[in-house]
Amino acid sequence: MNKKRTLTYREAISEALVQGMEADSNVFIMGCGVDDEGGIFGTTQDAFKRFGGARVMDAPLAENAIAGIGVGAAVTGMRPVIVHARNDFLLLAMDQIVNHASKWNFMSGGKLDCPLVIRAIVGRGWGQGAQHSQSLQALFSHIPGIKVMLPATAYDAKGLLLSSLRDNQTVISIEHRLLYETKDSVPVEPYFVPFGKGTLKRKGADLTIVAFSFMVKEAMDAAHRLAEEGIEVEIIDPRCSSPLDMDLILESVQKTCRLLVADTGWSSYGISAEVCTRVYGQLFDRLKAPIRRVALPDVPTPCASNLEKEYYPGVDALVDACHILLDNGREGNTTEKLLPAEHARFQGPF
Amino acid sequence: MIDHQWAEKAYTLLVTIRKTEEAIASEYKNQEMRCPVHLSIGQEAIAVGVSMCLGNEDIVFSNHRCHSHYLAKGGNLNAMIAELYGKSTGCVKGLGGSMHLMDDEVGMLGASSIVGGSIPLAVGAGLTLKMREKPHVAVTFFGDGASEEGVFHESMNFAALKKLPVVFVCENNFTATSSPLSSRRPMDNIFRHGEVFGIPGTSVDGNDVVAVYEATRDAVQRIRKGEGPSLIEGKTFRMLKHVGPEIDTSSGVRTQEEWNRWQEKCPVKKFEELCLNEDLLSARETEKIQKRIEMKIDRAFELAKSDPVAQWI
Ligand SMILES: Cc1ncc(C[n+]2csc(CCOP(=O)(O)OP(=O)(O)O)c2C)c(N)n1
Repeated sequence: MNKKRTLTYREAISEALVQGMEADSNVFIMGCGVDDEGGIFGTTQDAFKRFGGARVMDAPLAENAIAGIGVGAAVTGMRPVIVHARNDFLLLAMDQIVNHASKWNFMSGGKLDCPLVIRAIVGRGWGQGAQHSQSLQALFSHIPGIKVMLPATAYDAKGLLLSSLRDNQTVISIEHRLLYETKDSVPVEPYFVPFGKGTLKRKGADLTIVAFSFMVKEAMDAAHRLAEEGIEVEIIDPRCSSPLDMDLILESVQKTCRLLVADTGWSSYGISAEVCTRVYGQLFDRLKAPIRRVALPDVPTPCASNLEKEYYPGVDALVDACHILLDNGREGNTTEKLLPAEHARFQGPF
Repeated sequence: MIDHQWAEKAYTLLVTIRKTEEAIASEYKNQEMRCPVHLSIGQEAIAVGVSMCLGNEDIVFSNHRCHSHYLAKGGNLNAMIAELYGKSTGCVKGLGGSMHLMDDEVGMLGASSIVGGSIPLAVGAGLTLKMREKPHVAVTFFGDGASEEGVFHESMNFAALKKLPVVFVCENNFTATSSPLSSRRPMDNIFRHGEVFGIPGTSVDGNDVVAVYEATRDAVQRIRKGEGPSLIEGKTFRMLKHVGPEIDTSSGVRTQEEWNRWQEKCPVKKFEELCLNEDLLSARETEKIQKRIEMKIDRAFELAKSDPVAQWI
């Protein structure tokens, strides 16, 4: 057993699927292209090679029915994993996810579980445009009866996915494409990251950043830059937007008295708003500055790379927001905005 | 094929559904069943004809008009009435109400009030049965309105592709709330919807329990041979309004003449006549069955009214 072994996020997902399928013969995968050579950016090929088409099955382009078929299979004892190459495609399955998967347990008086896992990837890195790039965690977090996980590291991707494969509720996994090649040390053996338990990514006394998904990585880079100026940022990755680990967030804000929330989705009505509300409700008097948010502006994603670069807030926006929070007299972008390396080095087609 | 025992069971189910629905209709005005009820009076033969082919291991999913499907599948009567009264003894603990009846002990795994919503669930159950190599079947009941939803077509495609043990059963009562079929569809040919997927379809008299039974038996036989799903359309009529206990002939959507015509074709009466004419059941037996059912229903209402109220789970 080599604890220091590193895997990419993509490989960690793939390993979790294989191990989850080994552990439980009820687990199976369905989705468009799960059995092709790409294997959903390399996450389902190993499972397909190992378990074949009977358990890793290609699916027709029928997102709503496939979700409903997943519900029907789940309430009758299977553990389906449905995979979508983009978040955007989930919108065609909203009826089955929101009206059925999330409610069948409740509407059965608690008698039937719906252990369905739906993986969907946020596209970013190569002009994905308005309909291939959305981060839809807020939509699903709004719905009681489903869990929403947003793994930001390879370690969490494996641990959360393995947890989802033995959870009795429907879990939506929002994965981020720019994280797919990021590496982390990932134990070989199966392990389980609990839902609703965040992780402290970095300790710091000056302010707290609660960051989700790819913004965790951006926040870490921002913290690095701020540390050079003597500002120590504490970073929390809640890992799930629902359930949300408020204990960890409150504990940190109690100490730092300043909060910045960073999300990959839009800020309006986003999960960042939920974090703000909950913190204001508990720690209003402790806060030394109004909470700030760094998330997407209220426009769809543009394709042209110059506009894309302006669209996504990154390290610069985070650093600026921290300065404003600390009220140390600096504001606005002074340097030219840079793309994160994961985005800048992305090679097409996708 | 139709013997005394079969007739007794089918008759019991038909009368149970009819009399339960009538009791709900008559009690409903007291405003104690505080949920919308979509009654199935006039449509009983489809639920019964299909269920006569099913056992407890076979799976049923249903829609908002689920009372008949639940009772035909053998769902617990007391728990159903308690559910309508919002009691903790209800089949889903008072959390679902009339549109979400479920009895997992007899394979009735729930009902969706989203039109077409439970069709893929039955297909998913069929996938489970196939993956686990079980010899059972999954049935989805839905109305003519649901046949217009995309998910119906998506579901048939998948079921046919994987040759799943699924029977699609459409209760075509020619109406969706108050929209007649002719204002929603260019043709009256729902049973043909599976053709492009290779799913055989039949259209039967939905008020003839024997015809529905035979069509379902054929569908189940096809499944046993590994040939996959079938689509059955039963043409029928709901005698009451879309929702609630009234009759809607006054609204102008459906005429009194039409209503009278269908009253003549009452599925319960039709089957009772068959039983008496063919000596399958005697008049004494039918009366005895009716009395027994009435007593059970009375008891179910009594219990439901005095049962404890619902609680959060
Ligand atoms: C998706 C959806 N759209 C609309 C409704 C409102 N609605 C409830 S029942 C119904 C008519 C359904 O007709 P049909 O499927 O033929 O079943 P029937 O009521 O005739 O048994 C409608 C439109 C709904 N429940 N779900």
